[in-house]
Amino acid sequence: MKIRLEQVVKTFDTFRAVHGVSLDIESGQLVALLGPSGSGKTTILRMVAGLEYADGGHIYFGDQDATDIPVRDRGVGFVFQHYALFPHMTIAENVAFGMKVSKTRRSKPEIATRVSELLRLVKLEGLGDRFPGQISGGQRQRVALARALAVDPKVLLLDEPFGALDANVRRDLRRWLREIHDELGITTLFVTHDQEEALDLADRVVILNEGKIVQEGKPAEVCRHPGSAFVMQFLGDVNKFPGVARDGLVFIGETATGIAFSEDGPVDVFVRPRDVIWEKDAGGIPVDIERILHRPDGLTAVGTTKDAIRVEFEIPEQAEPDLSRGAGIILRNAQVFPRGVKSSARVGP
Amino acid sequence: MTPTRRKPPRVGDGPIIRRVLIGATLFFGAILVLAPLIVIAVEAFSQGLKVYAATIAHPDTGHAIYLTVATALIAVPANTAFGLAAAWAITKFDFWGRRVLLVVIEIPFSISPIVAGVAYLFVYGLQGLFGPMLESADIKILFALPGIVLASMFVTAPFVARELIPLMQAQGRDLEEAATSLGASGWRIFFSVTLPNVKWALLYGVVLCNARVMGEFGAVSVVSGNIRGQTNTLPLHIELLYHDYQAAGAFAAASILATLAVVTILAKVGLERRGAGRRPALGSAAKEQNTGTRT
Repeated sequence: MKIRLEQVVKTFDTFRAVHGVSLDIESGQLVALLGPSGSGKTTILRMVAGLEYADGGHIYFGDQDATDIPVRDRGVGFVFQHYALFPHMTIAENVAFGMKVSKTRRSKPEIATRVSELLRLVKLEGLGDRFPGQISGGQRQRVALARALAVDPKVLLLDEPFGALDANVRRDLRRWLREIHDELGITTLFVTHDQEEALDLADRVVILNEGKIVQEGKPAEVCRHPGSAFVMQFLGDVNKFPGVARDGLVFIGETATGIAFSEDGPVDVFVRPRDVIWEKDAGGIPVDIERILHRPDGLTAVGTTKDAIRVEFEIPEQAEPDLSRGAGIILRNAQVFPRGVKSSARVGP
Repeated sequence: MTPTRRKPPRVGDGPIIRRVLIGATLFFGAILVLAPLIVIAVEAFSQGLKVYAATIAHPDTGHAIYLTVATALIAVPANTAFGLAAAWAITKFDFWGRRVLLVVIEIPFSISPIVAGVAYLFVYGLQGLFGPMLESADIKILFALPGIVLASMFVTAPFVARELIPLMQAQGRDLEEAATSLGASGWRIFFSVTLPNVKWALLYGVVLCNARVMGEFGAVSVVSGNIRGQTNTLPLHIELLYHDYQAAGAFAAASILATLAVVTILAKVGLERRGAGRRPALGSAAKEQNTGTRT
């Protein structure tokens, strides 16, 4: 089922949570709504579900205007961050709930077969008699998914589905959700504030800030061509250098970086830690290294430039990096944005 | 032999403070709470089983018991329904005046019951607001069962709601939202999702409400008119007996209420074991803390 949002607006009391958002989701796609807290991503998801009414605009499911269809009849599967399993029902009863209350009558054995089918799908066979309190968080979230899928929803909506789980379980469930999606081909929209999760899992990532879409595209597109300083900063760790563009070239302090930029004026240069090259002696921007951080996948140097700008970058693994000699850094794959243009970026690193 | 290690005292954990605090609590508990209960039991039987049995079997006592039970049978279900509706409205919907309603529900707790009784006199009495209207319609509210029920209901209105609101607030709306998204109707959600999750707290509120209805004195004494054998509830009857210098009789009647109190306490303890009365006991799944959240 194709979903289309057209100029959707939502205001809570005086706070405008969503400003005229338009979005097309192709049938069968897995789309992530990514944004910091307060960016309106959950509100959008809840409006698609019908748990919240849009104050303006329209939401279409296929060709049908679903804006005013109540949740009950909208045919969506919703998965909550905190699972929202019915604590007084067993796992099997939880999964069966939607089929029991449905307007289309199903016989008892029919429901039972479907329940065991779904429990197999989410790899929880044999746990049907347990209560939600007796299984782990990751298992609960899988039950929640099975319960949502039981009613054959047209659209699957997940609100920070892995937010309450620890890192390892989260990674497993992510892969697993992708597999289930590929198997069922159901249009899926999920909300997350975790960039890695969004980039890992989604066909398309929609990045939101302050109730507006700031960029959308395939994971590769938003990573390689971030449209604004905000997106650059939000997608991952980044170094920010204030600089100046003169005659088509960017200068940081006195150093000419060799980066081309067409608009002259003050700019911000953003570079990922792995794109900062440590040049021991020769040229580059001079940096005093203060500390070396040990990470499982390598070494990270933390330092400051002469203008007291903090820099973090990866350095080659070696026994004892010589810090005393200082260093110059050269920037690779830099993204340059003119400063002062209204960007709602959070305070830089 | 291992030497017994002296535990270093924590704040306020010194032996003197501990003994004084525990001793004082036990002492006052015994004097203030336990002693009167024992006196009731002793005095009730002070003139022998015969007097006790005679008092209990007296038609006036019988009528008082009947009236008390009848009042409870009407007031408790009514307040249960009110409490459920109020808790549901306050915790599941956002509407104008929600906070005000929350405060209004608490008023009977802070107001003297006798004030409530007097207020009812002014509303339903002959010289009152609706008095002439009721008089002409030949409806008797004051000095009759309806008045007693109304006064009792006023006093006990908050009990059920007060138990349910914190619990339902802690549980949030997720469960109901999940149920609607799965296609359940409002009634279905209430009976198969909301009610099962609050049933122990609900029962706990009902037990407390019942105890208070049966024991209510102040408000009822104003509106009932105290007519022996007609509008006397058990607490009023006890007072009457006492003023008639029938101490043994008064204590005998009081022993019925005291027994009710003990039963209530037992029921309360039993319910607390099942998770009622403790605040967010049930939201177990919903209360999982986030681990490793990053931005």
